[in-house]
Amino acid sequence: MAAPVSLQVEFGGGAELLFDGVKKHQVTLPSQPEPWDIRNLLKWIKQNLLKERPELFMQGESVRPGILVLINDADWELMGELDYKLQDQDNVLFISTLHGG
Amino acid sequence: MAGGAEAAWLSVEIEQRERELRGLREQLAAVLAEEHGGAAQQGAGAVDADFPAKLPPLPAQAALSPADILRYSRQLVLPELGVRGQLLLARSSVLVVGCGGLGCPLAQYLAAAGVGRLGLVDHDVVETSNLHRQVLHGEARRGFPKAASAAAALRQLNSTVQYVPYCGALTPRSALQLVQQYDVVADCSDNVPTRYLVNDACVLAGKPLVSGSALRLEGQLVVYNYHGGPCYRCLFPKPPPPETVTNCADGGVLGVVPGIMGCIQALEVLKIISGMGSSFNQFMLMFDAQEGRFRNIKLRPKKSDCAVCGDNPSVTCLQDYEAFCGSSATDKCRTLHLLSSKDRISVEEYKKLLDEQVPHVLLDVRPKVEVNICRLEHAVHIPLSKLEEKDEECMEYLEKIIFEEKQRTDGQTSFPVYVVCKLGNDSQKAVRILQELPVKEFGPVLAKDIKGGLMTWASRIDPTFPQY
Repeated sequence: MAAPVSLQVEFGGGAELLFDGVKKHQVTLPSQPEPWDIRNLLKWIKQNLLKERPELFMQGESVRPGILVLINDADWELMGELDYKLQDQDNVLFISTLHGG
Repeated sequence: MAGGAEAAWLSVEIEQRERELRGLREQLAAVLAEEHGGAAQQGAGAVDADFPAKLPPLPAQAALSPADILRYSRQLVLPELGVRGQLLLARSSVLVVGCGGLGCPLAQYLAAAGVGRLGLVDHDVVETSNLHRQVLHGEARRGFPKAASAAAALRQLNSTVQYVPYCGALTPRSALQLVQQYDVVADCSDNVPTRYLVNDACVLAGKPLVSGSALRLEGQLVVYNYHGGPCYRCLFPKPPPPETVTNCADGGVLGVVPGIMGCIQALEVLKIISGMGSSFNQFMLMFDAQEGRFRNIKLRPKKSDCAVCGDNPSVTCLQDYEAFCGSSATDKCRTLHLLSSKDRISVEEYKKLLDEQVPHVLLDVRPKVEVNICRLEHAVHIPLSKLEEKDEECMEYLEKIIFEEKQRTDGQTSFPVYVVCKLGNDSQKAVRILQELPVKEFGPVLAKDIKGGLMTWASRIDPTFPQY
C-alpha cells in the first residue's frame, strides 16, 4: 500500500475558471495499492474537483492541448509526463496558455 | 453671481480649445492617411501587395556620433552594454507582430533604446476600447491603422530609428519573406493561428522569437528557436480546441499587464541583439499580477520529433494556419449559429413587441460583472453558468418570475421567454438549455434568443445604450 500523498494543486491562465475560480487547492490523495502518478491524479481531479465541462480540461486520459503541466516548477515532459510518481508535498500546476496581446 | 460668470467664461474657453483640437486632429488624420497610402504604393511589385519590397541593409556604423553618445549616455555607461552593445543595437532590425497591448510598450522601449529598424505589423485599426492598454495610439488616431499610428508615435520619440509600418495581416504568403529581413521577431499577436504562423516562419528563417501573451491579470513569455532551444510547436504540437481560447474582449485584460509583459519582451530583444543573450531560452516566465508573483518554469528541450524544427520536419513551408487551428487569425469574437431562425428574433422584432407591451420575460444571461456595466431595466438576470449547472435557487427564481408574468395573460399555451446576452452567442446556448428542460418545470414556455444581443440593440435600436 502506498501512503496518502499531500499535494498543492494549482490552476492558472484561466484553467482555474473550471474550478470555481480557485487557483490553489491543498489536496490529500488517499492511500491506495498503487503509487499515485499524474495519470491517476488527473482521474482524481476529474472526479473530485472538476464539476462541469471536463472537455475544457481533459482529452482522453491526459490534459487537452494548450494546457501545460508543471511539476515543482518544471515542464512535466522532463519528469515522465503521465507516469511521474507523485511525492508528498509536490506542487502540480496546470496552466492554460494565453494568446491575447 | 461671480461664480456664474466664471463658469460661462470657462465654457467659452473650453469650446474654443475643443475647436482647435478638432482642427489639429483633422490635420493629423490627413498626414497619416497620406503616409499610409504611400506605404501601400511602395508595396506594388512585392510578393504580397500588402508589404513593401526588400529593404536595403542597415548601414554599418563604425562609431557613435556625439548626438548618439548624448542620447544613449545613461545606457552606454553600463559595462554590460557599452559602445559595442549600442552599435549592435543600431545595426539590428526587429519585426514586431501586433501593435497592441504588448507591441506598443515593446516598440516604445526598442525605439527609445536606439534599435536600427523596427518593422511594425498590424491589420487592425485603433478603436476606443484599445486605448486603456495600447498606449502608443491616442484619441486622435482612432480609426487609423495601428501600424501607421504606432510609427507616427515612435517617430516623435526617436526619429533616428527606421520605422516600417505594414498595415495588413501577416499571412502564410508574406510571412517568410518578411521575417527573413529582420534579425529578431517579437510575437505580440492576439490569436492562435498567428502564433503558429510566426513560429514556423521563424524556424524556417532561423530567427529567434521573443513571444509574449497576456489575458485578464496574467502574462506569459518564452524565447523560442534560440541557441538550439525549443520552438512553440515543441511545447504545443497541437493547437488548443477553439472553444477553449479566450480573447481580451471576452476575458478582459488589465492594461498594465500586457504593458509589463511587453516591457520584458523588449528587454529580452535588447539582450539578444546586443549579445548579452536571453534568460528565457527553454524557460517560461509566468506573471500573476493578482498575487504579484513571477515564476520561472524550466521547459522541455527542443523535440527531435517536432513537426517544424525536429530532425524530420513535416512542415517545410508555411501552411494554412486558420485551418490548422480551426479559428480565424483575429481576436474578434466568434459568431455561433446554434439555433434555427424560428428560435431567434431580431432586435427590431423585440423592440416592436416591447412597444406593444406583449407579456413576456426577458432573461439576461451575461455574467454579473457585465450586468453591472449596463442592462435593460426590465430584464431578469441569471448567468449562463448557473443555467448550465441547473442551479436550484436560480431555476426556482426563474420559475416564479415566469409564473407571475403568466398571470397577466389569458391562458396562452406557450409563454414567451426572450434570452439576451452581449453578442448573441451565450443566449443561444441558454435557449438550448431552456428548450431541453422538462415541460413541468415552468409550464410550457417558448424560448427564443435576441440575435446579436445587447450590442446590436445599442447599434440599431438605442444609441444611448453603452457598448463595451
